[in-house]
Amino acid sequence: MPPLLKIRNIVIEGQTGENWEPIVKGLDLTLHKGEILGLIGESGAGKSTLGLAAMCYTRPGCRIASGSIVFDGQELFGMPESQLRNLRGARIAYVAQSAAANFNPAHRLIRQYAEGPVQHGLMTTVEAEANAVAIYEQLLLPDPENIGYRFPHQVSGGQLQRAMVAMAMSCRPDIIIFDEPTTALDVTTQIEVLAAIREITARYDTAAIYITHDLAVVAQIADRIMVLRNGDLVEENDARKMLAHPQQSYTRDLLAVRSFAKKALDADSEVILDVADVTASYNGQDNVLEDISLQVRRGRTVALVGESGSGKSTLARVITGLLPPSSGSIVFQGEELPPAMKSRRREELRRLQMIYQMPDTALNPRQKIRMIIGRPLQFYFGLSAQEQEQRTLELLAQIELPEEYIDRYPTELSGGEKQRVCIARALAARPALIICDEVTSALDQLVAEGILRLLLDLQRKLDVSYLFITHDLATVKAIADEIVVMRDGRIVEQGPRNEILTPPHHDYTDLLLSSVPQMDPDWLDNLLAEREAA
Amino acid sequence: MQQWHFHPVVRLLAQRIGLGLLTLWVISLLIFVGIQLLPGDLADAVLGQSATPETVAAFRHELKLDLPPHIRYLHWLSGAVEGDFGRSLANQRPVAELIGWRFGNSLFLAGVTALIAVPLAVVLGLMAALYRNTLFDKLISTSTLSVISFPEFFVAYILIALFSVQLPFFPSIASITPDMGLGQKLYAVFLPCLTLALVVTAHMMRQTRAAIINILASAYIEMANLKGLKRMRIVVLHAFPNALSPVINVIALNLAYLVVGVVIVEVVFVYPGLGQLLVDSVAKRDIPVVQASGLIFATTYVLLNLLADILSILCNPRLRSPR
Repeated sequence: MPPLLKIRNIVIEGQTGENWEPIVKGLDLTLHKGEILGLIGESGAGKSTLGLAAMCYTRPGCRIASGSIVFDGQELFGMPESQLRNLRGARIAYVAQSAAANFNPAHRLIRQYAEGPVQHGLMTTVEAEANAVAIYEQLLLPDPENIGYRFPHQVSGGQLQRAMVAMAMSCRPDIIIFDEPTTALDVTTQIEVLAAIREITARYDTAAIYITHDLAVVAQIADRIMVLRNGDLVEENDARKMLAHPQQSYTRDLLAVRSFAKKALDADSEVILDVADVTASYNGQDNVLEDISLQVRRGRTVALVGESGSGKSTLARVITGLLPPSSGSIVFQGEELPPAMKSRRREELRRLQMIYQMPDTALNPRQKIRMIIGRPLQFYFGLSAQEQEQRTLELLAQIELPEEYIDRYPTELSGGEKQRVCIARALAARPALIICDEVTSALDQLVAEGILRLLLDLQRKLDVSYLFITHDLATVKAIADEIVVMRDGRIVEQGPRNEILTPPHHDYTDLLLSSVPQMDPDWLDNLLAEREAA
Repeated sequence: MQQWHFHPVVRLLAQRIGLGLLTLWVISLLIFVGIQLLPGDLADAVLGQSATPETVAAFRHELKLDLPPHIRYLHWLSGAVEGDFGRSLANQRPVAELIGWRFGNSLFLAGVTALIAVPLAVVLGLMAALYRNTLFDKLISTSTLSVISFPEFFVAYILIALFSVQLPFFPSIASITPDMGLGQKLYAVFLPCLTLALVVTAHMMRQTRAAIINILASAYIEMANLKGLKRMRIVVLHAFPNALSPVINVIALNLAYLVVGVVIVEVVFVYPGLGQLLVDSVAKRDIPVVQASGLIFATTYVLLNLLADILSILCNPRLRSPR
């Protein structure tokens, strides 16, 4: 039987200024009916571009230069747009990473579901809406009869993602392209969506291309895996075989990611940050934080773990004084900090620095690195231009970037390099404590690992403390001395790392820990069976 | 303590209406102070150079011009709130009577223009976005840009030269009287209407096009493309509803301009509107008329902007149906 989709020697180019540079460099891809193919790679690998090419679609600024895309016996490359339109949505559908951005905010969910089948002439509106309810039910969405009549902003992230899977299913396509559909979700929600995708593709025998940067996720879903890097194929194999016997060193690196862990340190250094009974709210009524008490010791790392909405970042805002608490106290190096940032002294500001999730938005794109790192040197220590330059060069050496970067702009740096500059900017103030807010979650796994190693190394040399906010438990294992688990604005459990990570766990900690995907193709099955039984 | 919970839309609307009233009050103050600062004295202007100081003083007393300014302001404001704008100094007729029918005429001109210009602008904007970078789009963009670049009196004279001098189809003087039928009135205002329509359509059309093109870069538009929808449907049903807020705002701004900014066009076509009256009254130092006209223009402006705000809030599903 011929394959459902056969892409051969495809070259896709992206426009940079006047030139067209290849993004996908002559790849082949074959997909059979009902098969799930995992495309994995880091950002810039060309996996989304290749996935979209299966629909003969390119984003603005890209073009398919050559090659062939044969779907169900028809060549798509060169087919007129009007004919391609008949295939898109109807026979090949797409599920995007961010459901919140990909649903039209002006229309109700069910209307967006029904639009495809009605416009392609497959169903009447009434049929399509009845059908939507059935699919919503199969995807275990709550209240399937009525949920469709909500607007996208009225349902939670995980539900919206499942509603998008439902929408892709609306015409019963032969192929669905899943483009990082769980990357923006919490681990516990990710499991629901993964289970929903597996269930629905199996039920309708739908073939799928599943794009992700997370090998552990793709291991749960794919029959076959292609590893891509810089627009080239690294290796391709049956999923189980690849996990058991990776052939290429790059694949082995991806498999071994975050296998390192910090050595356990004794807890007897002095307390430098003491947060006591802090309660805070944004509107004066509903508390986003309640009775938070935690301590950070010199030269140690406290990891603050929790799902989105648990109040982790709000706590960082309270500690830095951006959001004064309604009650409670913050004692830093023996002195109580004024609640609001604007009443803190410069010296108090200096000792407490912050690094953010998005290095792209945290750095001013119109300032050179010299100025970005030089500014705190001048602000806190009043260094002259020459002293600033000398100190900036020292800092660049500490973050392992070459000296010539001093005259570059942020846009000339990669994501990991930008995050290193953010670290240097925080270090420039010679702080006692750095609050790291999800500093690795916007980065590729291998790059993130480099950043974590750098942070550990700096801690050893400079005896700086970290309050490390993250939703990623693998990161926690790698860097934390102590762990604080938060949920709904309260602390659920806190203690030394090994204590928290060793059973018996608190129920919620257990839910979080067991939800982290493992590099084991049977992990999801076992977990779902276990939870079913419990 | 009892907490009141209103639907967020109700709360927002109450806020906007409160702000609108506050704006009007500030404007009334500005108008009053501004007129105090006008050079020249009314009594001198009316009585002429040869009047004796005694006559001038008596005249000032009669018009209560000798009272301190804040008392006069309060008199005027309390009267205006009740709809009594006083009497014209030039001819002693009640201001409300003078203004009433002229304001009606201004509204008629603006209304007819809006009825033509708004749908035309929105449709052209949609088409230009739909056929972006095609000949059609470029043609529309260039022609609207040229129209914006000319001052409206120039457009008006060109239209007069073309349609009432070269081709004598329409009257160059748009005089209308209350006893004319609708058809006659429409015929009379054709040229001023066309002038105004040309000017405001360009603004609204360009804004509509820009707002839609901005939305076309969104992820949900890519999704609509990948669902295999037709381009027309994507632009009209997926992009346009999300572009409504900026479009409504620019429409309101242009409608306000239509009512308020028609002075020049009214003068060119000798149209008996409020703008014409305002210009005359300033020349005659007829303070009550100037103040009243200013306040009416300001109210129109504030009301239209308020309406735009309210419509923008109502067409945002996040505000209309909160979580």
